[in-house]
Amino acid sequence: MSGARETPFPTRMALTTTKLRLKGAQTGHSLLAKKRDALTTRFRAILRKVDEAKRKMGRVMQLASFSLAEVTYATGDISYLVQEQAKTATFKVRAKQDNVSGVIIPAFEADRIAGNDFNLTGLGRGGQQVLRSKEVYAKAVETLVELASLQTAFTILDEVIRATNRRVNAIEHVVIPKLDNTIKYIISELDEMDREEFFRLKKVQGKKKRDAAVAEAKRNAEREPQGEPPVAYEMEEESAAGDLLSSKDDDIIF
Amino acid sequence: MAGNRSLIAVIGDEDSITGLLLAGIGHINEQQRKNFLVVDSKTQVSTIESVFQEFVERRDIAILLINQHIAEKIRPTVDKYQQAFPALLEIPSKDHPYDPSKDSVLKRVQKLAGD
Repeated sequence: MSGARETPFPTRMALTTTKLRLKGAQTGHSLLAKKRDALTTRFRAILRKVDEAKRKMGRVMQLASFSLAEVTYATGDISYLVQEQAKTATFKVRAKQDNVSGVIIPAFEADRIAGNDFNLTGLGRGGQQVLRSKEVYAKAVETLVELASLQTAFTILDEVIRATNRRVNAIEHVVIPKLDNTIKYIISELDEMDREEFFRLKKVQGKKKRDAAVAEAKRNAEREPQGEPPVAYEMEEESAAGDLLSSKDDDIIF
Repeated sequence: MAGNRSLIAVIGDEDSITGLLLAGIGHINEQQRKNFLVVDSKTQVSTIESVFQEFVERRDIAILLINQHIAEKIRPTVDKYQQAFPALLEIPSKDHPYDPSKDSVLKRVQKLAGD
């Protein structure tokens, strides 16, 4: 099964063009494979970091919970108050672009706006605890923001690696075999044409020889009555292939 | 790529929400939509689902925090979530400490690390 191939005209120029394309495809393939490998290494590094960070986050959130429990113990339940007071976020994130081995990945940065942090009226005693809890939670959220950045990087890298891998495989299993088959086809067609040319040449020479022999025989027949000996026809009729090339024929210019 | 995302949204139980709001992430936008949802034992799964969808489609939310035990209730939806934005993060709650084996992102991580 010859497999897929393109169908150009089987000329020598097409052969050269296709060979160049094959070279290009091979270079492209090795470059993409290198990129994919570099990304995969980075990816594994991030993977480990994500794992660590998630476990750390578990611990951090525990701490924060405790501090809130302290507040509740000291002040009573403040959840309703806090929910009511949430109007404008004072803790936001900013996106910035990171470059990870050629891939632009957005990262998050915690952005704290020194705004009118709660009046915290009605909290009376325990205001200290509340402030402390606020700080602990703020720290926790910072950790979460870092984690989110890592996770985003991880997801995006994953996709890019998959896409690159697909292209590498496509080149390896589709493009290169196709070009290979095209080259083989062109070469075989060129060889066939050469053989045809050669065969045609032989035929023509054979015919010329026969014509020459006929003409010679006629001339001898005409000379015969005049008493001249027949000119010996030196060449053989059915010559082997090698003789063709050694004999001199004016029509052949090479 | 990230657009103007700047908010941190939360879907969680009362305690987690209180603490996070204390840190200052609470926000109400012009359409009076909050960026947090308090989930208790009476909250319907469909409500959680629809709020999750809403947060995911909003263009100003950068990070979406969700308590792990609540994520469990909408696990199929969470597992299908593949977008890079907003970043989805499962956090523990007071009564449910963090379980890495249930985290959908970590599950993908483990799967890939096994490659």
